[in-house]
Amino acid sequence: MNRWLPFEWIAAVRFLREGKLQTIFIIGGISIGVGVIVFMSAMLAGMEANFIRRVLTSQPQIQLLTPDQVARPLRNAAGEIEDAVVQRPSQRVISIDQWPKIRAQMLAMPEVTAVSPTITGSALAIRGDASRAVTLTGIEPDTYFNIVKVPDYIVAGSARLTSEDIIIGTELAKNLGASVGDKLNLQAASSANRVLTISGLVDFGNKGANQRVAFIALRTGQSLLGMIGGVTTIDMTIKDIYAAETIAKRIQAATAVEADSWIATNAQFYTAVQAQIYTNTLIRVFVGLSVAFGIAAVLIVSVIQRSKEIGILRAMGTSRGQILRVFLLQGGLLGFVGSLFGATMGALALIYWHAVARQADGSEFFPLILERNLFIYTALLATVTGLLAATAPAVRAAKLDPVVAIRG
Amino acid sequence: MAEEILRLERVCKTYNVGLPSEAEVLHDIDLELDHGEFLALMGPSGSGKSTLLNIVGLLDRPTSGRLLIKGRDTGLLHDNELTHLRGHTIGFVFQHHLLISAFTARENIMMPMLADRGFPSAEIAARADHLLAEVGLGRFGNNLANNMSGGQQQRVAVARALAMNPDLVLADEPTGNLDSKSADAVFELMRRVNRESGTSFLLVTHNLDLARRCDRIIEVVDGRIAQH
Repeated sequence: MNRWLPFEWIAAVRFLREGKLQTIFIIGGISIGVGVIVFMSAMLAGMEANFIRRVLTSQPQIQLLTPDQVARPLRNAAGEIEDAVVQRPSQRVISIDQWPKIRAQMLAMPEVTAVSPTITGSALAIRGDASRAVTLTGIEPDTYFNIVKVPDYIVAGSARLTSEDIIIGTELAKNLGASVGDKLNLQAASSANRVLTISGLVDFGNKGANQRVAFIALRTGQSLLGMIGGVTTIDMTIKDIYAAETIAKRIQAATAVEADSWIATNAQFYTAVQAQIYTNTLIRVFVGLSVAFGIAAVLIVSVIQRSKEIGILRAMGTSRGQILRVFLLQGGLLGFVGSLFGATMGALALIYWHAVARQADGSEFFPLILERNLFIYTALLATVTGLLAATAPAVRAAKLDPVVAIRG
Repeated sequence: MAEEILRLERVCKTYNVGLPSEAEVLHDIDLELDHGEFLALMGPSGSGKSTLLNIVGLLDRPTSGRLLIKGRDTGLLHDNELTHLRGHTIGFVFQHHLLISAFTARENIMMPMLADRGFPSAEIAARADHLLAEVGLGRFGNNLANNMSGGQQQRVAVARALAMNPDLVLADEPTGNLDSKSADAVFELMRRVNRESGTSFLLVTHNLDLARRCDRIIEVVDGRIAQH
C-alpha cells in the first residue's frame, strides 16, 4: 500500500478493481459518452469557424447604405382624407450623404476594426462579341481587403487594383473567354465607358457570385457610375461578430444611414449556425446525463453488493464520512478515467474524420482544432459529473445501518 | 478488584416502537464484564443474543436502560463518538468471517488501523504482520481473503478484531461454520489472546463444550438473562 494514499482512495480503487467487469463496462460507457462530446464539440466548433470564416471573409459584417427613398405624399388640410396607397418610388443609386464624416464616426467606435467606403452599381462587361452584366464594386483595396479577404480568393493573377485594373470572378472570365492580362471593356448604364486590364481572377466558391463579381478601384468606379466623390456603401468589420446586429441598430439610430448586419442579411445561415450550437449543447447535455445515470446505476448496484462490507467497515470504526468519500471517489475516478479514454477516442475519431471528410471542392470539411482546453474542461466536467452521480449511492452507503448491512 | 469493561443496566430493546408489529426483544438486561474475563453467551435462536451483542458493540442503541463502556455512558454519545469508541475499544468477529474480499489477509487486518489513522504506515503493516504471525498465518499475508479456507479466514478475522488492541472482543458464533478441529483452533487462539493480553471476550456460541471452557456462561432466554 502506498503510504501517501489515504484510506478512502485505497478502498475506492480496490472496490473498483475487484468489480473489474463492471468497472470496465462503465468506463467504456463513459469513454463513449466523453468521446462523442469531444468529437462533436471539436468538429462542430471547427465547422462553425469554417462557415463563419467563409461567410464573413467574403462579405462585410456591417454595411451602411443610403436609406430607402420613400414617397412623401403632400399633407392636406385637416379633415381631408389622403389616399391610403402610396406608390413606392424607384430607388436611384445615390451617394451616402456626408460619408467621410460617417466613416470617421465609425472609425471612432471601439467595437469597429475596419471601415471601407465602396461604390456599387451594375455595368456591362464586353469582350469581343461576348457581353455579360456585372456588379461593379469600386473599392479602396488597402481598407477593403481587411474586410473582404479578396486576396485569399484569388486563383489567378494578383489582387493588384490600380485605376486601370479589374478583378473578376472565374465564371465571368470563362464566359467572356478572358484571362489575366486581357483587356475588358466596361460600359455603365449611363453610357460611360472604360477599358480595364484583368489583374486577377477570384473564386468565392459560389457560381452566381463568380459570374457577376467585378472589383475596380474606387475612383474608377465613381467615374464609371457617374458619382464623382460619392460612395453607395460603407463596409465594416467589428470585434465581436455576434454583436453585429446590436451595433447595426445602434448605428442606424445614431446616423442617417441604414445599417445592415451580416446576421440580418444572412438570416437563414445565422439561424442554421445557432441551431447547430443549440443542438450541440443539447446533445452534450443528454450524453452527459446518460453518463451520469450510468455511473449512478453502477454505484448503486455496488453499494447493494457491498452492503455487508460497508457494515464490517462501519463495525471496525470507519465513520459515515469515510464511507461517503469512498463511494464519491469511485464516481470521480470513473468519470476521470473514462474522460481520459473518451478524450483520446474523440481526438482519434476527429483526426480520422478530418482526413476522410472533404467538401465538394476537395477542401477540408472542417479545420482540425484540438484545443487543450477542450480536453481539460471535458476531463473536469466528467470527473465532476462522476462525483455528482455518486452522491446518491454514497449517501445511501453512508446511511446504511451496520446491523442491517452485516445481517444482509 | 478487576477493572470493569462493560456494564448494562436494565437494558431493553424494542423494535417497531408504536407500530402494530412492536416487539420487545430484550427485557431489563443487567450484565457486567471485567477486564480479562472470557464470557460465553448462550441461548436458543431468536432469544436476543445477537441484539444484545449489537447493543454491546455500539452498532445499535438500547430503547431504554444504560450501557457503560469502561465507565462511559454511551447513551450520551453522538454517532461519531460511538464510531470512535467502537473503533478503539471493541473488536468484532462474525460467524461468516466477513473479510473484505477486495483485500489480502494482511490488508484486512490493517483496515481498522487505516480507517483510524487515515494513511498506511510501516507501523500499521508491522502490526498486521505481527498479528498474522500470532494467528499462525504469517505466510498467508498476501493471500486474498477468498483464497483462504474457512478456518484461516476466521483466524484472520480474529487478528483483525485485535488490530486496534481493543479492551473487548465480541465474537458472534465465530466457530459456527467451522469443522470441530478448526473451531477448536480458533477458540484456543482467542483464549490465548485473552490470557496473554488480558483482552475481554464475549463469545456467543451454541457449542456447550466451548462454553464450558470459558470463565463464565450466561444464558439468554426470551430476551432475559436466565442464569449466571
